[in-house]
Amino acid sequence: MKSGSNLERVILSGQPAVTAELGPPMSADPHEVIKKANILKGYCDAANITDCQTAVVRISSIAAAVIAFQQGLEPVMQMTCRDRNRIAMQADLLGAAALGLRNCLCIAGDHQKFSAAGRLKGHPGAKNVYDVDTCQLVGILKKMRDEGKQEGGDPLEVAPKFFIGASWTPMADPIDFRPINLMKKVNAGADFIQTQGIYDIAGFRSQMETIRNMGLHERTAILGGIIVPKSAMMLKYMDSSVAGVSVPKPLIERMTKAKDAAGDDKKKAKELQEAEGIKIAVELIQQVLETPGVRGVHIQAIEWESAMPGIVKAAGLYPRPNIPEA
Amino acid sequence: MIVGSQKPIDEIWDMVKDFKKVLVFGCNTCVAICHAGGEKEAETIAALIRMRAAQEGKRIEVNHLGVMRHCEPEYFDPVMDEVRRYDLVLSTACGVGVNFLSERIGEIPVYPGINTSFFGGVPEAGVFTELCAGCGNCILHLTGGICPIARCSKTLMNGPCGGTNKGKCEVSPDIDCAWYLIVERMKKLGTLEKLYEIQPPRNWSTSRDGGPRRVSLEHIRAYEEKEEQKPEPAGGKK
Ligand code: SF4
Ligand code: SF4
Repeated sequence: MKSGSNLERVILSGQPAVTAELGPPMSADPHEVIKKANILKGYCDAANITDCQTAVVRISSIAAAVIAFQQGLEPVMQMTCRDRNRIAMQADLLGAAALGLRNCLCIAGDHQKFSAAGRLKGHPGAKNVYDVDTCQLVGILKKMRDEGKQEGGDPLEVAPKFFIGASWTPMADPIDFRPINLMKKVNAGADFIQTQGIYDIAGFRSQMETIRNMGLHERTAILGGIIVPKSAMMLKYMDSSVAGVSVPKPLIERMTKAKDAAGDDKKKAKELQEAEGIKIAVELIQQVLETPGVRGVHIQAIEWESAMPGIVKAAGLYPRPNIPEA
Repeated sequence: MIVGSQKPIDEIWDMVKDFKKVLVFGCNTCVAICHAGGEKEAETIAALIRMRAAQEGKRIEVNHLGVMRHCEPEYFDPVMDEVRRYDLVLSTACGVGVNFLSERIGEIPVYPGINTSFFGGVPEAGVFTELCAGCGNCILHLTGGICPIARCSKTLMNGPCGGTNKGKCEVSPDIDCAWYLIVERMKKLGTLEKLYEIQPPRNWSTSRDGGPRRVSLEHIRAYEEKEEQKPEPAGGKK
């Protein structure tokens, strides 16, 4: 056992793992984190606590992770390479471990110009750090954990024991390089991988075949990403604008049909689309889990945590396994 | 070359409006090629300042001048007496030129007349793109001659992020994704396997992060010293 985290125990047990996502608020009030944590608790093995996602300032991932943890939800602290150099990163990792956190997901992070896709002011004039990239950050975590050493070589009296994760976008350009991208993260030490949201099951399966031929699925636990669709508009937006996400036409048509069925009734259109979205999510979960080499799902119900319990139950993934610490 | 771009005239006016004699001093190498700060542009800026002064009812003597380079003293030494007649030099050289002249001119302020942007190339007339960030430890042999430090918005060293969209960077559809270019180029060169290796965290101390840098060529300095000690041949300067 590398970290002893709940997520690691579930993955080692061979049962399909379920992770969720919890986005901290733009507020100093912990209640939203507490509320979301209590909705997600019991319906996932761990929940990602995003790190200023979309390049907007929110409660830090480390603090929100501790708040969620206090509520009984195991967090996966996300750490982007955007905002800290290796000194700050390692200091935060030591602090996070000292506070009891045991999962860390390394990601590049949205560029500071992103500002919630222009919907918020954000901080587009912020300095760009990227002292290390994702692969290098994974390596730093591994070196700290397994060798008890900082990146610079100084010893750590007590090493932080993290279950190390990284993200992977299987279907972004350059598509034939994406398996290499994954291989490098695995070689660097990624214990688990969460993928970008998958709608195009055929495309994902073809990338997974390459991954299996490379043997990577045995060296890391790949959790397929599911982004719960909320509306036809959201699916269209993701298809046209989100890198590495393509949404097959039939899915968009299903959502459009659900919307149209409500006629002019906006409230009903919303309800019908949400219901269809949950159905689509459940189907995607099953298709992803049926793909050989996949060891779990990472379900993102963005700003819609209340949808999680229903989805997890409908997908036959409830109750979550309870594997006591050795 | 060093690429610069013009500053808004309002900003320039704010810098110069309280001076009586202003020299707009152009540099005829890099910043002339990018139409930002050569002698021609210095002349235009001088004219704009004069117009503005007339509008605002201010009496300012504004002239322009240009030399080949502002980063080596031998180019501006011959005009220094003329330059020192002014109470402000608005330099349209790059930032190097402004710094360099500031330290050599004496009591006269030197202000920047342009924005110095980057080291770049000219892919087509009127377009300039950043290609190198002067990191002090070149690794272009590992990346097919395409620089991930200057050209990837996140200076990633181990391959593309998840934001690559149709070959463009997540930051803007006008920016090519450096890693897309690197992968495609290395495929063509048959050297893609070089990218399989993990590049460890970089030592950024050769870059600006290590403090201001300096290159000192001891053999050149020794040679120059020896030359200076030689007696001058009769009847001429060396
Ligand atoms: S690796 Fe460094 S020196 Fe080489 S092109 Fe890039 S920034 Fe310039
Ligand atoms: S999209 Fe490409 S250039 Fe832009 S940050 Fe990502 S890897 Fe770098």
